[in-house]
Amino acid sequence: MNVVVCVKQIPDPAAPPALDPGTKNLVREGKLILDDSDSYGVEMALQLADAAGGGEVTLVSMAPGGETSGLRTALAMGAAKAILVSDDVLAGTDALGTAKVLAAAVRRAEPDLVLAATESTDGYTGTTPVQMAELLGLPSITFAKKVEIEGSSVKVQRQTESGYDEVESPLPAVVTVTAGVVEPRYPSFKGIMATKSKSVETLTVADLGIETDQVGAAGSRQQVTEVADAEARTAGEIVVDEGDGAQRIIAFLEQLKVV
Amino acid sequence: MTVETVWVLAEVNDGAPISTSLELLTQARSLATTVEAVTYGDVTAEVAGTLGDYGATTVRNVGDLGGALPGVPVASAMAAAVTAGNGPDAVLFPATYDGRDVAARLSAKLDRPVLTNVVDLVEAEGGLASKHAIFGGSQVLTARFVDEGPALFVVRAKSFPAEPSGGGPAAVESLPVGQLGSSNAARIVDRHVEERSGPKLDEAAVVVSGGRGLGDADQYPLIEELARLLKGAAGASRAIVDAGWVPYSHQVGQTGKTVKPTVYLACGISGATQHLVGMKNSKNIVAVNKDQDAPIFSVADLGIVGDVHKVLPALIEGLKAKG
Ligand SMILES: Cc1cc2nc3c(=O)[nH]c(=O)nc-3n(C[C@H](O)[C@H](O)[C@H](O)COP(=O)(O)OP(=O)(O)OC[C@H]3O[C@@H](n4cnc5c(N)ncnc54)[C@H](O)[C@@H]3O)c2cc1C
Ligand SMILES: Cc1cc2nc3c(=O)[nH]c(=O)nc-3n(C[C@H](O)[C@H](O)[C@H](O)COP(=O)(O)OP(=O)(O)OC[C@H]3O[C@@H](n4cnc5c(N)ncnc54)[C@H](O)[C@@H]3O)c2cc1C
Repeated sequence: MNVVVCVKQIPDPAAPPALDPGTKNLVREGKLILDDSDSYGVEMALQLADAAGGGEVTLVSMAPGGETSGLRTALAMGAAKAILVSDDVLAGTDALGTAKVLAAAVRRAEPDLVLAATESTDGYTGTTPVQMAELLGLPSITFAKKVEIEGSSVKVQRQTESGYDEVESPLPAVVTVTAGVVEPRYPSFKGIMATKSKSVETLTVADLGIETDQVGAAGSRQQVTEVADAEARTAGEIVVDEGDGAQRIIAFLEQLKVV
Repeated sequence: MTVETVWVLAEVNDGAPISTSLELLTQARSLATTVEAVTYGDVTAEVAGTLGDYGATTVRNVGDLGGALPGVPVASAMAAAVTAGNGPDAVLFPATYDGRDVAARLSAKLDRPVLTNVVDLVEAEGGLASKHAIFGGSQVLTARFVDEGPALFVVRAKSFPAEPSGGGPAAVESLPVGQLGSSNAARIVDRHVEERSGPKLDEAAVVVSGGRGLGDADQYPLIEELARLLKGAAGASRAIVDAGWVPYSHQVGQTGKTVKPTVYLACGISGATQHLVGMKNSKNIVAVNKDQDAPIFSVADLGIVGDVHKVLPALIEGLKAKG
């Protein structure tokens, strides 16, 4: 059972985000980290490979500057190897362009199952994995809260507005997992040491046979025309509870005629 | 170039179009000459009537999906029409599970980019421009496509009001599926619907939400009781959904429901940007949090710096006493 997990490496979400005033792209400076949303996919992949009694977990990531910090975290969790696509021409790539790159890289790993997160923390379009599935000619199941392999098919509990659907698909398939599908493990010391000997294959867009006009800012065929401050909410009244907090809320609700 | 035709993906749930699709039809009316709805499954006269009332002149129905997830077949049908030269200038998708899937499949099929998390659509230079709330809603970004071809937008719930136009029922036509292939192999084999009483989370006039500050799953009934007393719905942050305290259908935020009630009461919720985007446009926001620096207070009209374990029971008693 070979599982590929798409993992995004992103700027630390704890740091205040900023847009480049010129390109209007997200500033991606300094060390990137493993998107927390993708740690669930990595854990899920490790558990599924384990349950299948063998197989490898391969990571696929597209990131600037040959970044491997986030990949190291996922390798330390137990993934076997990684493919990194890093190329200056990728700056400003949109979700579809990203899907083209990921699809080409995933194809090389010949997976039985491809996992990704339902959406990333920084760009959160949530469309990349399904665009990738279409380019790979594979079925996809999004918003998985439970994933099981049964023979040559995958069984998923897929979140819905009012509960969940049980969905089945033959393998290979693309599945996107929600946070909470599994509890990601912390990398052990042994795992961290083991990453040193694990391979990270670094590829360029040309290596993948993708034309450069398919990716980058030109390939994205969309343009940010303006960035403005949102209308601010007028500041409210913040009071420390001196035993009267509940009464204050009731008075507020009365004023709104809610009670 | 002006915007001639806009398609709106109209999802039908429980025998009626979902409210986000009606919101999109409403907005589409002011942007395009012709507005059409794309549906799948069974289109009853009632559904066609509602879609017509909100502005669709025609309903293009993909028909029964045979248990398949909508992504592949609905996108194939749309793509086939576009390839045959019968496509629209733009397609608006509701930001739902299925809406996002259809948009992503169509994007890859047509090799067209898609703009997602849209909160407003306006006319610009003869085409459409979209607005996106970024960084927790503190900034608004405007974007548009720079080339020709159908413009694809995935729009968040409650971005527009839903207002009927008084139009007659829409004519129902078939939108046949194109090439399907092996990518259409995923099948829904069973559906589980959670029991929920009281008003729907995204329609309730009052929403009471709880977060990790409640401390433990067994404190969540405080939230439910408050919601009941206020004739509202009970919501949650993702932290406690992930922890398994409450089902996912309670989640408010970026990956959960978008709510816009008269009053939103946030209890023990920090106010992470992903939570704020789902409730920031509530008319009034009340927050209870023991940390006076919690970001939720930046959007609160009334903030109580205090312990939920003291404030909530007192609030329940106070409301009961009022009867
Ligand atoms: C605020 C903001 C808004 C944006 N809006 C749009 C938009 O409307 N349309 C558009 O086309 N682009 C948009 N972008 C650009 C888009 O985020 C990037 O193109 C990004 O490369 C892919 O999209 P995502 O992060 O949204 O991925 P998502 O689709 O949200 O990611 C889901 C999952 O796919 C996998 N994945 C995604 N990217 C990678 C990667 N680089 N390497 C490995 N796995 C990956 C991961 O498993 C990830 O968790 C936006 C960016 C920002 C910062
Ligand atoms: C891609 C992505 C999507 C996401 N989507 C969503 C989403 O849709 N919805 C969502 O909610 N989150 C979402 N999140 C998660 C979000 O970032 C936060 O982690 C989450 O909202 C935090 O939940 P919380 O406020 O309950 O918990 P915490 O952030 O842990 O906050 C708990 C709060 O309770 C307060 N508190 C503690 N004890 C008490 C007490 N006794 N009395 C009063 N107050 C107390 C604390 O001061 C703190 O402010 C998403 C994250 C990512 C990366």
